Amino acid sequence: MNINSSVLLSKYIKAYTLKMVSKAKASHIGGGLSISDILAVLYNNILYFDSQKPLLDNRDRFILSKGHCCAALYATLALKNFFTMRDLNSFAQFGSNFMSHASHKVKGVEFSTGSLGHGLPYAVGKAVAAKSRNKKWEVFVLLSDGELNEGSNWEATLFASHHNLNNLTIIVDYNKLQSLTTVEKTIKIEPLKDKFEAFGCYVSEVNGHDHEELKNSLSKTNKKNSPKVIIAHTVKGKGVSFMENRIEWHYKSPDEDQLKMALNEIGVML
Amino acid sequence: MRNYFIDLLTKEAKSNNKIMLMVGDLGFSVVENFKEKYPKQFINAGVAEQNMTGMAAGLASEKFHVFTYSIANFNTFRCSEQIRNDIDYHNYNVTVVSVGGGLSYGALGYSHHAIQDYALMRSFPNMTIYAPGTRSEIANCMKQIFKSKSPAYLRLGKTLPKNLKKPNQPHDHAPGKWTKILECKNRESRKCILTTGAVIDDAVKMQKKEEFSNYHIYSLPIWGMKYKTLQAQQINKWDEIVTLEDHLEDGGFGSYILECNSSIQKVGETKIKLKSLNKNVCNTVGDQDNLKEHFKFAH
Repeated sequence: MNINSSVLLSKYIKAYTLKMVSKAKASHIGGGLSISDILAVLYNNILYFDSQKPLLDNRDRFILSKGHCCAALYATLALKNFFTMRDLNSFAQFGSNFMSHASHKVKGVEFSTGSLGHGLPYAVGKAVAAKSRNKKWEVFVLLSDGELNEGSNWEATLFASHHNLNNLTIIVDYNKLQSLTTVEKTIKIEPLKDKFEAFGCYVSEVNGHDHEELKNSLSKTNKKNSPKVIIAHTVKGKGVSFMENRIEWHYKSPDEDQLKMALNEIGVML
Repeated sequence: MRNYFIDLLTKEAKSNNKIMLMVGDLGFSVVENFKEKYPKQFINAGVAEQNMTGMAAGLASEKFHVFTYSIANFNTFRCSEQIRNDIDYHNYNVTVVSVGGGLSYGALGYSHHAIQDYALMRSFPNMTIYAPGTRSEIANCMKQIFKSKSPAYLRLGKTLPKNLKKPNQPHDHAPGKWTKILECKNRESRKCILTTGAVIDDAVKMQKKEEFSNYHIYSLPIWGMKYKTLQAQQINKWDEIVTLEDHLEDGGFGSYILECNSSIQKVGETKIKLKSLNKNVCNTVGDQDNLKEHFKFAH
């Protein structure tokens, strides 16, 4: 599929994510929808890649640390022609490489994730590799807000800042909901911007559904001599009114009627 | 042992710029020479083993051969999920190097007793365990590690054996193969002590006792899940095998040999006995030799 508008791409990502999760009766549609705009901007406007050469040496590296939201990543990669849209039908099926946590066995997926707190250290390792080889490619890693409870992220941030890894961009999908309740009621992470700044990062806060804000903040020209952190304020379940900000859509999958209603709201019928 | 390891790594780094040594803020008086000679191939990750191990996976994904160096437990148990998911599952070329295997740091207390590490590291399908007991075994383990593209665990003890005068060892220790260390007087004997790691001295002491004077000494320095199928033929040669390891019995080397034995078609009945560390060592501190003596290790 050839889609050159990030806004249109994001609609298709949401639609296919909904369809995949519904068919597989899988979880995590809420988080999938909250990162769809970020993925659309990254893959449409920011990352350098060749979908026919997924291991191209000078590609930018993207790591989805919140691996439970992989359906949205698989949909994005299919829409960008890493594989066919039909391949998505095997999502979470027996024997499929498209398992319901991010799998490196899928073309275009750099790293398997699923347990939180693993993506950022790995991304830092890649950023160190690029620096030590004087490579120009960059590393982008997408974390969840609840994931910041994991101490490994803060170990990695300390290291990245100490070594001035300005080829590393950390994006936080700040949808404010965790597994059981809000981030605020689980483990407070505010003041988040101050925390990352205190760790030595260059931090910006954006509306994670505003494509222009995302493009500006993610732009490779917008950098300092330190790792970049983008706190993307998002809505869990974005785009589907009965899913937005509802904790249960961390787990539930839409039935056929709910899928139709959701696709209708997104404005893409598959 | 660690000094010999770092010498070999330093020599290799001269011709191989893919070698990357990461330390968890440890290695005083060991790693300095490497760091001075190859500063771009050295990273002190700080006291942060989870991040060090995750970063190692990231570096290995970009074709580096990474060595993560620390005291056993810190770069194994502390970051076990990073080893499991990031390194082993992706089959990355990372070698976890633990110093202080067994009771080498016995006086430093339970936090430093590396006596469950085999149990952890042998549970990973792609991982090969390298537990050398002699200088020759270290050299050959390193040779295999440099050739390998898969995850490795190198477990180093404190000292080389003092009681072994003429080790009868080949120059190549193929993974999964037993190596003859010392024959007993009765060459026809079908009994052996089988060691792994830095317990050769203990095996030699055992052999000097009348009870074990009829036992040859063999070692298996390179093993792991991948090499289980190679054990059948070697186990079948013996009437009796006594395994010896400075590790707790549960999940250790002896357990590995028992598992291998249980899955083979037996030619004869091989009796297998396990000698390992007494679990009460967990609550006791002391010099390695004193601890071994107190708990009658290898008696």
